[in-house]
Amino acid sequence: MSMFYSDPNAIRPYEPIPEGHKAGSVLERTLRAGEFAVTSELNPPDSADPEDVFAAAKPLAEVTDAINATDASGANCHMSSIGICSLLTRTGHGSVYQISCRDRNRIAIQGDVLGAAAMGVRNVLCLTGDDVGAGDQPGAKPVFDLDSVSLIRLIKTMRDEGRFLSGREIAKPPRLFIGAAENPCVDPVDYRADRLAKKVEAGADFIQTNYIFDIPRFERFMERVRDMGLDKRVFILAGVGPLASAKAARWMRSNVPGIHIPDSVIDRLAKAEKPGDEGRRICVELIQQVKDIAGVSGVHIMAYRREHLVADILREAGIARPQKQSA
Amino acid sequence: MYALRRFAVRRSRQFEWVYQRLESLLVSLDPLLSKLGYARLERPVAAVERVTKGLLFDCKMCGQCVLSSTGMSCPMNCPKQLRNGPCGGVRPGGFCEVKPDMRCVWVEAWDGASRMKHGDKIGVVLPPVDRRLEGSSAWLRASRERVQQLTEATEANRTALARTYPEARASAPTSAPLTEETRKEGAAR
Repeated sequence: MSMFYSDPNAIRPYEPIPEGHKAGSVLERTLRAGEFAVTSELNPPDSADPEDVFAAAKPLAEVTDAINATDASGANCHMSSIGICSLLTRTGHGSVYQISCRDRNRIAIQGDVLGAAAMGVRNVLCLTGDDVGAGDQPGAKPVFDLDSVSLIRLIKTMRDEGRFLSGREIAKPPRLFIGAAENPCVDPVDYRADRLAKKVEAGADFIQTNYIFDIPRFERFMERVRDMGLDKRVFILAGVGPLASAKAARWMRSNVPGIHIPDSVIDRLAKAEKPGDEGRRICVELIQQVKDIAGVSGVHIMAYRREHLVADILREAGIARPQKQSA
Repeated sequence: MYALRRFAVRRSRQFEWVYQRLESLLVSLDPLLSKLGYARLERPVAAVERVTKGLLFDCKMCGQCVLSSTGMSCPMNCPKQLRNGPCGGVRPGGFCEVKPDMRCVWVEAWDGASRMKHGDKIGVVLPPVDRRLEGSSAWLRASRERVQQLTEATEANRTALARTYPEARASAPTSAPLTEETRKEGAAR
């Protein structure tokens, strides 16, 4: 592990950012250079051991521009996103600090944003968050003091104007590449592009979408996005992932909020001799298809408990990954 | 009441008109209201508001009414109290993630906004709710904020929240009120 875990004590000073960049993260550099970006989601450990984070990050580190650390996704408790992202800065790998509005109010969030930036985190993803009822502790108090859109504007204000929501000045503003989510294939499909416009207006620099399994629906969404000129103002990473089986897909569709999987995809998995391989093949095809859609700048791979497949999926999809220098 | 709430969204254009008239009336009454004293009017007006808006919109008395920016569908009925659009968990057919029998408040909102004259206000980025204003009269606030906006246009530059969400301040001043900027001695260090 020593090769991966460089210097545990190295706290780097706040480095200047390249001209024309907001944060200078690897992800931002890749996108601004016009290269196809790849991000992927890390399965957060139920553990206090940093080695578990490094082990989970290992299959993703070499093939992605940044690793997303989920923030108690599905309202299930795991190691925090800010903890994981801070650990990943020690390995020199880019991370996306996911902030959900479900668990913390504006006071906690603004403090954590400064803390994350001080630790060297350079990308954030602003999310509303699944309801507490979806998770393992449904009796918890849902916070939702902010929503994803007001959160985006809040972080942009901290970054660009150097002040808190109270107006108080921040001595050294956090340099962050601000991300937001969109879910193009679920209702209200007609208004998803309008909602995206609102996030861009609030200050989003990049978008990671939820799972895309329905290409025609996604294409209609992207058509509206292009008509509104949004693809020129924000980088869009299409969300994909390998399904394990028809049963798993059906379970996800009915139990995880905001997942749309067409019957045709489930049929393909059900008929396959090896559903796992078929799920991987479908994912490869999806990447190849979204790559050709105008306005798509990259992919976001959510391979829950199948992270070891990500490198192969990318290779099979023909996505060449140049070695990135760490930042 | 759920049925009336949905009726209000179907008749969003008419309710928008009524609300505009009500606001102009309150703005024109500002000299009188000031003389009577906004503080003294607060409780009776809030009580009337609680009953009428409660019946029509299932109003939650957030004190920062934005109905005319949200297709006459009250966003505080969203279980996540989202002020800027639907979450990613909307169920097929436009139903709520948390309450599966309820139409998504924001699906309704966009529907209502599509019939309104100034329906495009739904695109304005709204600030988070100021929880101190819960239970207070949004009508009186609307009147005061609009008067302030009309008479002292520069006033909007005074506070941080209105500066952070300037479009909201311009289109729905109740949502981004001018609250005193906190500059406590201890906190500033």
